[in-house]
Amino acid sequence: MIRFDNISKRYPGGFEALTNVSFHLHEGAMAFLTGHSGAGKSTLLKLIALIERSTRGQLFVDGRNVTNIRARGIPYVRRKIGFIFQDHNLLFDRTVFDNVALPLIISGYRHQEIGRRVRAALDKVGLLSKEKLLPITLSGGEQQRVGIARAVVNKPKVLLADEPTGNLDPDLSREVMALFAQFNSVGVSVMIASHDIALIGELDYPVLSLDHGRLAFAETGAA
Amino acid sequence: MNRPGKNKRHSQYHWRNRLRRLLSPRTWLQLHASVALDSLGRMLRNRMSSIMTAAVIGIALAMPSGLYLLLDNVDRLSGSWDGQASLSIFLKDTVTPTAASQLVKTVQGWPEIGSVELITPEQALAEFSQRSGFAEALETLERNPLPTVLIVQPVTAHTRPEAAEALRDRFSKLPETEVAQLDLEWVQRLSAMLDIARRGVLVISSLLALAVLLVIGNTIRLEIENRRDEIRVIKLIGATNAFVRRPFLYSGLWYGALGAAFAWILVVAGFLLLSAPVAKLAGLYQSDFSLQTLPFQLLYLLLGAGMLLGLLGSWLAVGRHLSDIQPR
Repeated sequence: MIRFDNISKRYPGGFEALTNVSFHLHEGAMAFLTGHSGAGKSTLLKLIALIERSTRGQLFVDGRNVTNIRARGIPYVRRKIGFIFQDHNLLFDRTVFDNVALPLIISGYRHQEIGRRVRAALDKVGLLSKEKLLPITLSGGEQQRVGIARAVVNKPKVLLADEPTGNLDPDLSREVMALFAQFNSVGVSVMIASHDIALIGELDYPVLSLDHGRLAFAETGAA
Repeated sequence: MNRPGKNKRHSQYHWRNRLRRLLSPRTWLQLHASVALDSLGRMLRNRMSSIMTAAVIGIALAMPSGLYLLLDNVDRLSGSWDGQASLSIFLKDTVTPTAASQLVKTVQGWPEIGSVELITPEQALAEFSQRSGFAEALETLERNPLPTVLIVQPVTAHTRPEAAEALRDRFSKLPETEVAQLDLEWVQRLSAMLDIARRGVLVISSLLALAVLLVIGNTIRLEIENRRDEIRVIKLIGATNAFVRRPFLYSGLWYGALGAAFAWILVVAGFLLLSAPVAKLAGLYQSDFSLQTLPFQLLYLLLGAGMLLGLLGSWLAVGRHLSDIQPR
């Protein structure tokens, strides 16, 4: 589903965030991405979502080489990816419903279908009763779940999460991880960047470990 | 039912569905209508600033259209005189009344001539004293100073300036003629002045159109700045540039339309204010001339121009500022 082939990323100014990273996340697989802060976890996820572009190597998303994709093709690749951010990136001037509906509106879904799918997604994260509220009135954990609902609402093939539990207490973190496992069990490929070693240890998924921009350690299956 | 067949049918159905969604005019219209309404709603929420912007655009649009309408009216006025290019032939003192009526008969035989009217010095004096209010002063005159005049109206084919001038020259050569005068001259001068004024209005219009473009461009730029976060986020979840651009283009369109409506109200109100004094002035000249505004043609024209400028202005702003905002 996602394949890195000797990818390096050097930021303007000379800092090399990733060096010769290669791995293959298969369709329907789930993996964790760990590493110390600054190891390149976020950069790696941003490369997949084409927010940043690699300086060397080849990148494949859903079987397609997107290394040199033109700007006009980028939105269509992003629609295949559900991205979950540590700081949620919700729009605070509109309701929970409207936030979750955004990816569907962007893809041009019909009005009726949008309502149906948004409610299904909100139901899955347990926030159906809060669809008319503004995100600012929700707790951190609830905001994160709105972000997750928005990421899965158009049934993407891949979920990427950047520190999704960074601001949550252990119980909420466990709940969020269980949610990801649920999506994975219905065939969505999932990649979660996290430094919560304890939580990752509790779960039985392959782990990619980054150390100063190099893939130091890849456990079972994912590599 | 075997599974591969079912799968194939399912995927065909899936593709048909997607295609229908992409091509369906209803969805397309729905999308545009909802974006347009959303942009309008946003403007209504910031009512004060929207009205101010629309007012600025309205004034900028009202000035050239008001001037243009004024010119159009003057043009219409002079146009109504253009057709009756007549000649005034002043005869010498020595020409007797009999000789004058003889001359009228001769001239009426010319093919260029439509009609000839003879005004004797006595008639002229009577009319002058009646109209000018100098009757008593005129009575003190020993001798009637006014000449005999022929008012000549050429046939339509000879009202063109060159033909009329040729006719005047022919009259000048007659031994009885003191002066032959073409009444068209001042109409020609007026129309030359109108040409200059029209050029001036064109220059002012272009400058003000540019001002409208800048006002809308700047308003849209501020709006983009205000919605920077939103743009970043929707780009992040797969919005195309066209999708990001659309609400701003509709905003520009609405600003243009609103400004045009404003301008129309200004122009029509201005003309209503002017129409009474103009009618009074026209009455003094024994004319039934009245100002014409063509209210609805003007409205359509203004709306067209305003929306076009709005679209163009926002397009320029969007093109310049939208690409700066990229997800980080």
